Amino acid sequence: MKTYNGRRFFLKTSERVCHGLLALLLTVVLGYGCETLDSVTSLGKTFAVQSGVVTDSQAQSIIESGKAVAKTFEDFTPEQEYYIGRTVGAMVLSRYEPYRNKRANIYLNVLGQTLARASDLPETFGGYHFLIQDSDEINAFAAPGGLIFVTRGMLRCCTTEDSVAAVLAHEIGHVQHKHGLQAIKKSRITSALTTIGAEGAKQLGGENLARITQTFENAISDITQTLINNGYSRSFEAQADAAAIMIMERAGYEPNALMAMLHVMKGKLKPGGIDFAKTHPSPERRITWIRKRIGQFKSVKPHTIRQSRFSNALGGI
Amino acid sequence: MRKLKIDVFVFFLIFLTGAVAFAVVHKMMSVQVKNGQIRTSPTFLSKIVARVSYGDQVGVSEEKGEWFKVAVTGSRKAGWMHSTSLSPKRIVLKPGAEDVRQAADSDEIALAGKGFSQQVENEFRQRNPNIDFTWVDKMEKMTATQAQIQKFVKDGGLFLEGGGI
Repeated sequence: MKTYNGRRFFLKTSERVCHGLLALLLTVVLGYGCETLDSVTSLGKTFAVQSGVVTDSQAQSIIESGKAVAKTFEDFTPEQEYYIGRTVGAMVLSRYEPYRNKRANIYLNVLGQTLARASDLPETFGGYHFLIQDSDEINAFAAPGGLIFVTRGMLRCCTTEDSVAAVLAHEIGHVQHKHGLQAIKKSRITSALTTIGAEGAKQLGGENLARITQTFENAISDITQTLINNGYSRSFEAQADAAAIMIMERAGYEPNALMAMLHVMKGKLKPGGIDFAKTHPSPERRITWIRKRIGQFKSVKPHTIRQSRFSNALGGI
Repeated sequence: MRKLKIDVFVFFLIFLTGAVAFAVVHKMMSVQVKNGQIRTSPTFLSKIVARVSYGDQVGVSEEKGEWFKVAVTGSRKAGWMHSTSLSPKRIVLKPGAEDVRQAADSDEIALAGKGFSQQVENEFRQRNPNIDFTWVDKMEKMTATQAQIQKFVKDGGLFLEGGGI
């Protein structure tokens, strides 16, 4: 009898514990479910209305609310950054002809795309792509979104694959930090995103299309002026050098190669030149701040295979 | 006794369902790049097992550094994606007026094809016929294959760590 009572007590207790746990679990699962349901309802509501236009007064209220207006360059989506970058790239290409050497360009892309994967921004809307430009000027440009251009003159400052990696990693640094987008005047950003707020319809039309295209042209001009004529601030260049060192270390390249490249560049840059001499801090200044990060320059023996593929691809540059 | 068995069964059923639900849907994200890649493990040197497109929705079940373990909504595609290819915002591919209104009020929605877009590039090109995009288009096709990068890294005694892992 005692045993029976004990078993009954055990069963009853187990039943109660089970009920308690069931209630707890149901609360948690249903609570989670409710949250999901809310987002599903919201999604459904959004997808339910896919057509129609915003009236003038609605557009005005969007503009006045200020919520549709971007506050900074960071409010551009990666897709918009991509379209800005494409046009900046086309502008750079209108100044310098491409170097039509398939082997050299393939090498640069395999190297550059490997480095990009070691950056803090390995994925962009359209990806990273690299092109050599047929010019003796010492120059390199990074368009927003990851289109990167390097002149033959710049590649001639590189005596090893590690030095080419340094040049490309510096340009990837500009992309990673969105320095190109930051060259756009704030008024253009406000104007662009105000127009987006007023769009409403599926396709831009007439006046709005003309307005946003004008803003686009102005934004492109802001970036190309900075890239080609004025150069970035010293702090942006120092940031790009710091990013280059980080990327090189992550990928297994010798960061001293950045200083090695700058030493060669120092001997080749002509005072008053319209290339890097105009748009970048002097190689000496850059070497000073790089030395603070990685110590004194050390000459490192090049890796055999890297040196061999570098010579094969860029030996005749 | 029978009631207890049923309770225990229901308890485990709910427990399992809950566990699976939590494992699968940690948070939802959208693919914010044109061509997204899903990999077998959280590194750029691992095999690509599936491809996803701009705006596709994925459920994140696990995070490891800068990598998310994802499953594509409505498909069997699953694996690892780098965080920079994903956005916490819901990307509306063909936004209508209501989406524009909602996006104006919310930081959780992004509109595809709005603002500086293909349409604006086309208009720019009409206005500036002297600006040639031929080599920009050619550049975009210059993409190293996964095999090329793996070989390049291995032969050159390189590795990919930090941002890439």
